[in-house]
Amino acid sequence: MTLWLDTLLILVFLTNLRLLGSSRLGASVRVVALQGVVLGLLALASRGGDLTGHVLFLAAVSMALKGVVFPRLLFRALREARVRREVEPFVGYTSSLLVGAAMLGLSLWVGTRLPLPTAVASPVVVPVALFTILSGLFLIVSRKKALTQVLGYLVLENGIYIFGVALAQEAPLIVELGVLLDVFVAVFVMGITMFHINREFDDLDTEQMASLKD
Amino acid sequence: MTLLLIGVGIMLLGGVSALLASGSPRLPVALGIGGVAGGAILGLIPTLRVLLGGQTDSLQHAWSVPYGAFSVELDPLSAFFLLPILTVSLLAAIYGGEYLGGLRGARCLGAHHFFFNLLVASMVMVVLARNGVLFLVCWELMSLASFFLVTFEDENESARAAGWTYLVATHIGTAFLLALFVLLGHGGAGALDFAEMAARGQAGLVDGAGLLFALAVVGFGTKAGFMPLHIWLPEAHPAAPSHVSAVMSGVMIKTGIYGLLRVLTFLGAPAPWWGWLLLAIGASSGILGVLFALAQHDLKRLLAYHSVENIGIIALGLGVGLIGMSYGSLPLLVLGFGGGLLHVLNHALFKGLLFLGAGAVLHSTGTREIDHLGGLLKRMPWTGVAFLIGAVAISGLPPLNGFISELLIYLGAYRGATEPRSLAGLAVLAVIPALALIGGHATACFTKAFGIVFLGEPRGSAAARAHETGLAMRVPLVVLATGCVAVGFCAPWTIGVLGGVVAAVSGRPAGELAAELAFASEALSTVVVVSVGFAALVALLAVGRSRLLAGRQVSESVTWDCGYASPSARMQYTASSFAQPLTLLFDKVLRTRRHFAPPRGLFPLSRSTFHTATPDVFQEHVYAPGFAAIDRTLGRLRWLQHGRVQLYVLYIAVTILVLLVWKLG
Repeated sequence: MTLWLDTLLILVFLTNLRLLGSSRLGASVRVVALQGVVLGLLALASRGGDLTGHVLFLAAVSMALKGVVFPRLLFRALREARVRREVEPFVGYTSSLLVGAAMLGLSLWVGTRLPLPTAVASPVVVPVALFTILSGLFLIVSRKKALTQVLGYLVLENGIYIFGVALAQEAPLIVELGVLLDVFVAVFVMGITMFHINREFDDLDTEQMASLKD
Repeated sequence: MTLLLIGVGIMLLGGVSALLASGSPRLPVALGIGGVAGGAILGLIPTLRVLLGGQTDSLQHAWSVPYGAFSVELDPLSAFFLLPILTVSLLAAIYGGEYLGGLRGARCLGAHHFFFNLLVASMVMVVLARNGVLFLVCWELMSLASFFLVTFEDENESARAAGWTYLVATHIGTAFLLALFVLLGHGGAGALDFAEMAARGQAGLVDGAGLLFALAVVGFGTKAGFMPLHIWLPEAHPAAPSHVSAVMSGVMIKTGIYGLLRVLTFLGAPAPWWGWLLLAIGASSGILGVLFALAQHDLKRLLAYHSVENIGIIALGLGVGLIGMSYGSLPLLVLGFGGGLLHVLNHALFKGLLFLGAGAVLHSTGTREIDHLGGLLKRMPWTGVAFLIGAVAISGLPPLNGFISELLIYLGAYRGATEPRSLAGLAVLAVIPALALIGGHATACFTKAFGIVFLGEPRGSAAARAHETGLAMRVPLVVLATGCVAVGFCAPWTIGVLGGVVAAVSGRPAGELAAELAFASEALSTVVVVSVGFAALVALLAVGRSRLLAGRQVSESVTWDCGYASPSARMQYTASSFAQPLTLLFDKVLRTRRHFAPPRGLFPLSRSTFHTATPDVFQEHVYAPGFAAIDRTLGRLRWLQHGRVQLYVLYIAVTILVLLVWKLG
């Protein structure tokens, strides 16, 4: 089982790298969707053999939301906003990958130092979780388009989810559902916000919002 | 107690329903005033019962807020402050209905009534609260509600600026209070309950009581308007609608005095310098307040400075009382605290009356500028006479209520001078010239205000077209004026009520204080005998006059025409010219700015102008440069705020990362 878990974690890690280096918006959305599906599988893999209905249900809902619903919402936003399909980074793709490498180093270092309440299933869980969180933050910080900010937020959220999978053996159903609902509403609201930003500024470029400061 | 809490509930209910009924033109007014009226009348029953009976009444409830408890109590001290809060708010609410009547439909009055009711309810809760958290929450509600009332005319730049000044001042005050309560209640669970704090104070377990007292003076003094902290008063009171000014100046600033007294009961035996500090603050607030009042042309700004002056008088009384407490001198304690507390009630009565009177003038003429008014006594006789009674009372002239409370403080000061302990006597002796100076200037100032506004001839068309206000605005004036007279004449018999209140402040048993109060009561009855004699003489002269005039031709002419054949209203004294001898004398303090373009040549063609302005010295020379310096310093950090969302997230991310690495490394 650990083999499966490690494979999935490495897959998550690779999707993060792919995101950092990707120049196309559409590809980025697809990669985030893939990451969501992998996460659902990860939740199943971390349980080992005992798959209760509750775990299956959660994983299914999570995969459906992250793998199907969100990409659809985001693609629709892309279509309606009619933006150029480029990511338009502040930090170039190669530099982003270098920063990613540095973040990976940091995550590995923190992973060895971070005191954990319980033993984790695999030694790479914590570094991958941290790396995902940092990648999400980096995507938010380094990309111009409002759509990439939403992607960054989703990746950040995925990182926290991995942490949850690694640590909380049995989170109450209601909490997990609440978290999912939270993400769903957030993406929904951000979709609407993007639509309004686009209408107001004729662009999804968040640079324009700098004119709002006093 | 239950009645009082139901009363608060009714006020809040009235306010909320007024807000919900905003769409209708009349409904919010009726609901808002009805809420205050019902709540105040219900609340007055337990208040009077506690004041006259002397027993306390309390209620406890658990509250899920950390360190908080819904703990309320009605003791004589709370009841004494509740009395003016409830009566003045009730009268102001009735008055406000007509005062804002012209705006019905044009403006959202629902919000105004909501905040007014919230202000009254929160003031009641502030004096009832017996838990630090509950107290601070109610205190903040009170500040915020009054902020929204001050900015009622938010289309005016000046009202918005006044609101900001008030908001900043009140929050700086609250910051000090927060520090005060944190220091007072660091003893664990239940430590923020007033009962526990008082018990620790009595047992002498309070560390750094001096620091705590200083924090309380700054924190509560900002609300009360002690002199260097007073700058919000002359801005906020003119900007607010007049009935709101009456409530804020008449009773809301007194919650600062209440807070100071309540905290005193937590601090154990006072050090002598506390009393000295209050005496110094009282003398400077009183004297500077009245001097700045003299130099003003805006009627409501003038009244606002008089609030500073009267808070000064109250502080003088409390200072005398504190000195008495620290030296163990009973006469000083009773007369000082008694005089100060009585002045709280009296100031609520006459300052409420004067602000409502000024509001009536503003309502009927549309201006607060004293130099544009004149001759209003003939046009608005009710308002004029009521204002005159208020003016006499605030000047501290016998036989009205202002004189009674100042007399108690004077008596305390004289008793202090005859005490064997010379140091206490010396300090207290300084009260006498200070009070005398304040009283004399207040009389001059109100001679100016009443004389220029109500006597003579109108100085402008607005004043000439003035008319008496309606019943709803007249009745509160009459009630408050009657209150001023009644307190003045009934003082010897009602002063015993103060015994329980002073006992609650000083922690001495009420029986011990009764003898001293009997002494004061004796002195006051002499005053009343003389006053009644004086009143009888006036009545006799009035009767004689009407006898002599009976059956004769009575004709009216101008008062005084300077020997000119055709005098004009512009030949009258103006407010500035009347006050000039006094303001010149104190020019070093006041720093009045004069803009004078004198007439040139034998036949001057160009217009000559004269204009004076007396901005607040502290605002001009302390606060404005101070805040400008802070702005400059913090302005250097402006580059951090550039409007890029990405960089804001970066700040947060970097902070978290640095913290994480620092913690793990």
